[in-house]
Amino acid sequence: MLWVDKYRPKTLDKVIVHQDVAQNLQKLVSEGDCPHLLFYGPSGSGKKTLIMALLRQIFGPSADKVKVENKIWKVDAGKRTIDVELTTLSSTHHVELNPSDAGFQDRYVVQEIIKEMAKNRPIDTKGKKGFKVLVLNEVDKLSREAQHSLRRTMEKYSASCRLILCSNSSSKVTEAVRSRCLNVRINAPMEEEIVNVLEFIAKKEGLQLPQGFAACIAEKSNRNLRRAVLTFETCRVQQYPFTNNQAIPPMDWEQYVSEIASDIMKEQSPKRLFEVRGKLYELLTNCIPPEIILKRLLFELLKKLDSELKHEVSHWAAHYEHRMRLGQKAIFHLEAFVAKFMSIYKSFLISTFG
Amino acid sequence: MGREIAMAPLMQSSQPWVEKYRPKQVKDVAHQDEVVRVLTNTLETSNCPHMLFYGPPGTGKTTTALAIAHQLFGPELYKSRVLELNASDDRGINVVRTKIKNFAAVAVGSNRQGGYPCPPFKIIILDEADSMTQDAQNALRRTMETYSKVTRFFFICNYISRIIEPLASRCAKFRFKPLTEEIMGSRILHICKGEDLNLDSEALSTLSSISQGDMRRAITYLQSAARLFGSSISAKDLISVSGVIPNEVVQAIFSACRSGNFDLANKEVNNVVAEGYPVSQMLSQLYDIVVDADDISDEQKARICKKFAEADKSLVDGADEYLQLLNVASSAMQVLSNMPQDMAF
Repeated sequence: MLWVDKYRPKTLDKVIVHQDVAQNLQKLVSEGDCPHLLFYGPSGSGKKTLIMALLRQIFGPSADKVKVENKIWKVDAGKRTIDVELTTLSSTHHVELNPSDAGFQDRYVVQEIIKEMAKNRPIDTKGKKGFKVLVLNEVDKLSREAQHSLRRTMEKYSASCRLILCSNSSSKVTEAVRSRCLNVRINAPMEEEIVNVLEFIAKKEGLQLPQGFAACIAEKSNRNLRRAVLTFETCRVQQYPFTNNQAIPPMDWEQYVSEIASDIMKEQSPKRLFEVRGKLYELLTNCIPPEIILKRLLFELLKKLDSELKHEVSHWAAHYEHRMRLGQKAIFHLEAFVAKFMSIYKSFLISTFG
Repeated sequence: MGREIAMAPLMQSSQPWVEKYRPKQVKDVAHQDEVVRVLTNTLETSNCPHMLFYGPPGTGKTTTALAIAHQLFGPELYKSRVLELNASDDRGINVVRTKIKNFAAVAVGSNRQGGYPCPPFKIIILDEADSMTQDAQNALRRTMETYSKVTRFFFICNYISRIIEPLASRCAKFRFKPLTEEIMGSRILHICKGEDLNLDSEALSTLSSISQGDMRRAITYLQSAARLFGSSISAKDLISVSGVIPNEVVQAIFSACRSGNFDLANKEVNNVVAEGYPVSQMLSQLYDIVVDADDISDEQKARICKKFAEADKSLVDGADEYLQLLNVASSAMQVLSNMPQDMAF
């Protein structure tokens, strides 16, 4: 078992990083009830962990017994019926799904599945826990129509169904949905907090962890706790006992992006652009999301640039990333950015050095 | 709300306050005098035109429509006389052609029952009508006229511009105004009394200002805060549940822009994204600061605001938050320190 899973806190009182949030959540559900919740924050900050711990707090250990189901929903849309296939994780008290997996049909998923689920209320004569919880992941990827159809559904079935929404940024969740939920912001853990977690794991594993090394991992992780723990485990495999100046292996794709960046800086020509295209394709075929590549590339380039060029380059990065969202094929926009950068940089060189 | 209560007899206490304190009668609807006057008239004369309610969220549009329907027909006839459709129901052209038309076509008599006026028509409430397709709206035009003797339509929407002109011209239009702080304050105090809450005057004014005339938002914040922090609520608690970004964070970005140091701005932007603050919210709060600033010339303000608008559009399209905020910060920096900006193709 990976350490990331092994040391994931199972209950709200064992949480190390977001203790204040956990306490508030505990208070929230202490009366056996909760409002709709919207968790948002960057990845690797612990949203999912908190949600699972919360479910356990409400329903007890039975929330852990989940089964994976691949269900085909027949949705009646006017004349024809649409089959929507979706994987769900469910226990007796909650269902978890990724509505955005259904692509442009997510509207039907939201409308039909939630309605159906809300209608099948759990029967409990004492009137306790008379609701089911629906966990929706990646709400920010839901289409606008689907979010619109969420709003009334949330109110109508509020008696029998609670929604827990989980998203990376709340900008992409419509105001109407946001105003119906209790918003919980989960910030990325500070470096000191990451160090605390690493020390906690080291103690449990019986490892000697030098202070400086932990701080080093925390800094490299970019405030992403999951990544920090994964890196820590990798380092453990590579070399133990730890030393303070032990090299922390960078992610190989990041290495690759930084190579691309220095390629671009060295030579600006159509030939070099063609070579860069090959490398970008290599990254894309390895399933690195294009916006991550672009962001990393910008990061690498900004490190090497004069400050007067930074403004322009970051402007174009934002420009091409936006276009990438609107368009279909990411490689065009990545390459356009590279070409644009080459042209800016070349004219800068000519004007400065002649 | 007879239906909803009947559906969930056990969970009375956990009902959202928004539902619990939804006005049940038209005369209780706050701050919307014209529409209340017209509808009270309707109650007396049992006659009304087609209606179109529009205005920002949380001003009482749906509440008013549901209240008048309940007051006209009472709980017994409600089901047979009122059809409520909203965006969570499928409302394509097929539904207009079949469900709405069939419902509209049924003739009804006017038998007074249990003290309710029960006028001889039915009501179709189309909530969130601005998310209906153009085709579906077009299909409604003739239906509205043909069955006008027995059916009244209530359209509810946020943006009247999304309702096609032929439909809008067939209705009496009512604009719902955002609630003023005083009226909102008095409603909130009423709820506080009902829920046994302690709210000092500072918290009250904070709540009115952060909810910006949206009553539903104010009540939701209040309930969230009450659940999290118990019965005495301070202004700080309200800000923390509302998702408003603390002023220091916004100021930090803005002063980084003033400093003209790109790396500092980059660091601040990184921090905002890592803290998980929504960038769209950040943009609107930055906008407030920029517009209020005294030492920035009008031209500079205009140029910065143009960037805000572009970034907001990009965010709506789903662009990356970090890159957009960085772009805004860097452009603002260029404008503020009067650097040349020529980034045409």
